[in-house]
Amino acid sequence: MNYSQTILEMAVVGLGLGLLLLDLWTPVEQKRQLGYAAAAALGFVLLFSFSSFVDSGGTTAAFNGMYLQDRLALFFKRFFLVTTIIVLVMSVEFADRISVGISEFYALLLFALAGMMFAASANDFSLLFVAVELITVTFYVLTSFQRTRLASLEAGVKYLILGALSSAFLVFGIALVFGTTGTMNFRELAAVTAGFASNKVFLLGVLLVLVALGFKIAAFPLQIWAPDVYQGSPAPTTAFLAVGSKAAGFVLLLRVLFSAVPEITAQWMKLLMVISAVTILYGNLCAIPQRNLKRLLGYSSISNAGYMLLGIAALSHAGQSAVLYYLAGYLFAVLAAFTVICLVMRHTEDEDISALAGLNQRSPFLAAAMALAMVSLAGVPPLAGFFGKFLLLEAAVEQGASNHAYYWLVAIAIVSVVISLYYYFGVVRAIYWPKDAADLTLRLRHRYPLSRIVPECRPEYHHAGRGLVEGPTEFADRIDTMTIPDLSRRLASF
Amino acid sequence: MMLLLIVFIPFLAAIGLVFVPRNYRFVMRLVALATTLLVALLAVTLFWRFNADEACYQFVTTIPFLGADALGIHCRLGVDGINVGLILMGAIVAFAASCVSWEIKEREKEFYILLLVMSGGILGAFASLDLFFFYFFHELALVPTFIMIGVWGRGENRNYATFQITLYLSLGALIALIGLIALYLQLPADRRTFDIEAIIRHFNDRPMSENAQQFIFPLLMFGFGILVSLWPFHTWAPLGYSSAPTATAMLHAGVLKKFGLYGLIRVALPLMPDGAKSWLHILALLCLGNILYCGLVAMRQKDLNLLLGNSSVAHMGFVFLGIASLSLVGVTGAVVVMIAHGLLAALAFALSGYLYQQAETLDMTRMGGLMQRLPFVGAAMVLAMLAGCGLPGFANFVGEVMVFFGAWKSDLADAQRLVIVTAWGGLIIGALYSLRAVRNILHGPVGGKCESMTDANPWRKVPFVLLLGALIVFGSFPKLLTEKIKPSAAVIVNMANGGNRNAPNPSPPGATIARATTLGSAR
Repeated sequence: MNYSQTILEMAVVGLGLGLLLLDLWTPVEQKRQLGYAAAAALGFVLLFSFSSFVDSGGTTAAFNGMYLQDRLALFFKRFFLVTTIIVLVMSVEFADRISVGISEFYALLLFALAGMMFAASANDFSLLFVAVELITVTFYVLTSFQRTRLASLEAGVKYLILGALSSAFLVFGIALVFGTTGTMNFRELAAVTAGFASNKVFLLGVLLVLVALGFKIAAFPLQIWAPDVYQGSPAPTTAFLAVGSKAAGFVLLLRVLFSAVPEITAQWMKLLMVISAVTILYGNLCAIPQRNLKRLLGYSSISNAGYMLLGIAALSHAGQSAVLYYLAGYLFAVLAAFTVICLVMRHTEDEDISALAGLNQRSPFLAAAMALAMVSLAGVPPLAGFFGKFLLLEAAVEQGASNHAYYWLVAIAIVSVVISLYYYFGVVRAIYWPKDAADLTLRLRHRYPLSRIVPECRPEYHHAGRGLVEGPTEFADRIDTMTIPDLSRRLASF
Repeated sequence: MMLLLIVFIPFLAAIGLVFVPRNYRFVMRLVALATTLLVALLAVTLFWRFNADEACYQFVTTIPFLGADALGIHCRLGVDGINVGLILMGAIVAFAASCVSWEIKEREKEFYILLLVMSGGILGAFASLDLFFFYFFHELALVPTFIMIGVWGRGENRNYATFQITLYLSLGALIALIGLIALYLQLPADRRTFDIEAIIRHFNDRPMSENAQQFIFPLLMFGFGILVSLWPFHTWAPLGYSSAPTATAMLHAGVLKKFGLYGLIRVALPLMPDGAKSWLHILALLCLGNILYCGLVAMRQKDLNLLLGNSSVAHMGFVFLGIASLSLVGVTGAVVVMIAHGLLAALAFALSGYLYQQAETLDMTRMGGLMQRLPFVGAAMVLAMLAGCGLPGFANFVGEVMVFFGAWKSDLADAQRLVIVTAWGGLIIGALYSLRAVRNILHGPVGGKCESMTDANPWRKVPFVLLLGALIVFGSFPKLLTEKIKPSAAVIVNMANGGNRNAPNPSPPGATIARATTLGSAR
């Protein structure tokens, strides 16, 4: 037993509990600021994760091998920490749209984060189940947090029903796997999987587990919930769902497929390829007619799950590292987009794309951030999205030499990238083309200036220095935002 | 070092422009003009100092920090005979494009930033010796194209045109990207690199398998082909160019489009001789579609810009024919046509942009008699149209003649002599639509829209004079270009014909060289 291994998770859980306690002594009007405190504390946890105490460089296990601290786990833990910090700052901005209980909202985000971090380290089906439930149950509450909004409640109910269904699949699948093999530990499973490769009950168990994980990443045919829930949930929740929850699904998928049942994975290569292709196509084709920006991003997140599945379906080391890189680029693009939604669309209930019209004049910085996010998602150089897609396609083409079906997968991915350019650039068009538009952001200016700076200031480019050129442009645009439009507006109001 | 400056000065200037306040219009324009002028002067120096006797890469610069060692990506720049002329042409067109941008009256800041990024991307794409950056810079130049057409474009259809051009070009670029990745993966795992020189050296010693060649060559041919408006994938071009602001049309039709052709010559031909052998026959047939079909379509146009767009697609056919000939004279001619057409397309779109600015229409039925009103612009228009017909004295003539001579004497000719004869007929179509356009716009009674037009003032004449001057200089002294292109083209043609594989530095076949020289010095 080595409890000190879980120090990061314990810190996060303790922080969540502390936040709930602190809430009792905080005056109502200052509760909102607790989000900044939580974000700062998470910043320390993130820094601590780089210390040699946590990051020993090797692989260590705890709880009889249930819990694994390796490079993959640490990568994902840092990923989740960064995501949560940004989402917390976003929530502070969003707080006035949540009628009551903002500190509970922050605390729930932290509990979900703890679940994701446990998921990153899960090396046993029991820990996997606990982690998944911790994430899913907190999200039931987070999705329906705007109690007075019908859409939010609807989203919560939809997520609850389908989430419960997928949990049932997960438990059933784990039970079947445990029933046939007698073990839940991934390492022990890997040793015996080959012997059960033709056991129908065992295969059904693995399939059901994959179904449940497919629900988390919104892969076809379990993507049904995504658009509705993305549209109805509060923007910070949607962002967290799109990035954190999806990444947690992927880390579990990587663990189950490649460390628990590698033989089965190789056997099911075709299935993975088909799911990847259909998910990519479904997400991209359905995104074309969308007018609601959050819904559009919901479909886009489905297609992105498909691209990442392509990396998994490649069944190679290159494919897996491409998935990690892709996720990193995806994190910043999606969070930047949702932060802009959070700031710009506060007075429009329907979040229509047309609300972005003329954003370029009102706030060049937000416009540039949104445009860069869309262009990065579309996979255009020099942004991180391009390198992610480049690595994924490279991994798939590499496998093509041994199995020609990969070429078809690559062809579908390419056609879909071209399709996706249409709707991503449609958002860019909405921002830049119109020459004038009503000012919707007038009231929010300078209220919480920090939140305008923090989330978007660092898109892709501190990742291995690959997505270059963005930083300075945005900084300069921000200076513009502060001076000229404000000045002209003040003059006009005289 | 010089190459480094040529490629990165535009980017630095674009970043600098970000900090210029929005209402300092004059400063922004000055920065754009000064930057592109400086780049053009550097490019002239580079061209001048280029040593024509050596076929190897010169002025090679590696930029540390950019790239990823693990994947074998390094930002390496260098020039040989093929791209030194293209870089010169690109720099001249970029300067001309910022000269004509006085017509932009709104959101100048964004426009000049995008213009500089596009120029830097174009020059970077032609200067890169690394396949990854070669692709990267091209895509970097494509995004500004999209935004510029959408925001500053003209006409009812600009929205449609924007998306059409974006989706079409992205599809082409992605197909080519898959080809490039497949090429990269053909290398053994421990020697994977995107460095073009290293790849060529590797496949020179150990030729790629026949299967891989037959698979990768068409990916590159059609991927790059879409970027160059290869018939029948050309429909984005006329509409896109007629909707684009002048500077964008000049840069794209003139320079960026040549990227695909450059990629075919630089990457596809030397690496995949077997693939080339079987697919170039198809390319030769498709190029007839460009020359004849698009020529005929151009004849029916009433809008000057649509005519120019279609004629630019038609001209690409000659380059394809030159590449398909796989002969030294033909490939050299193809490169000369690329340079000449770049200058010509930029000139033609600059002139039509000027007319549009004055008349607010380019409908040829409503124009006429412009020669009386605009003697200078009219004369420049006549010269541009004559250059388009392939009149001797302009660089286009040199290139097209070399393409035909090369194609006639090549292996291709024995199989498809009819193709070449038919393509020759395309020249007549070119002459027809060019001269008819001259008649409609410049001669006859003064059209309704043309009463109030004024001729270009000395400042506005600069880009026209510059581009015309370059066309005439290269047309009158073709040796300037051919002597530089030939040695490098010889290496590529030799590899593409599969000969002399194991020789480290293949010697160019003497007879072909001699013929090219006489052709060059005849003028």
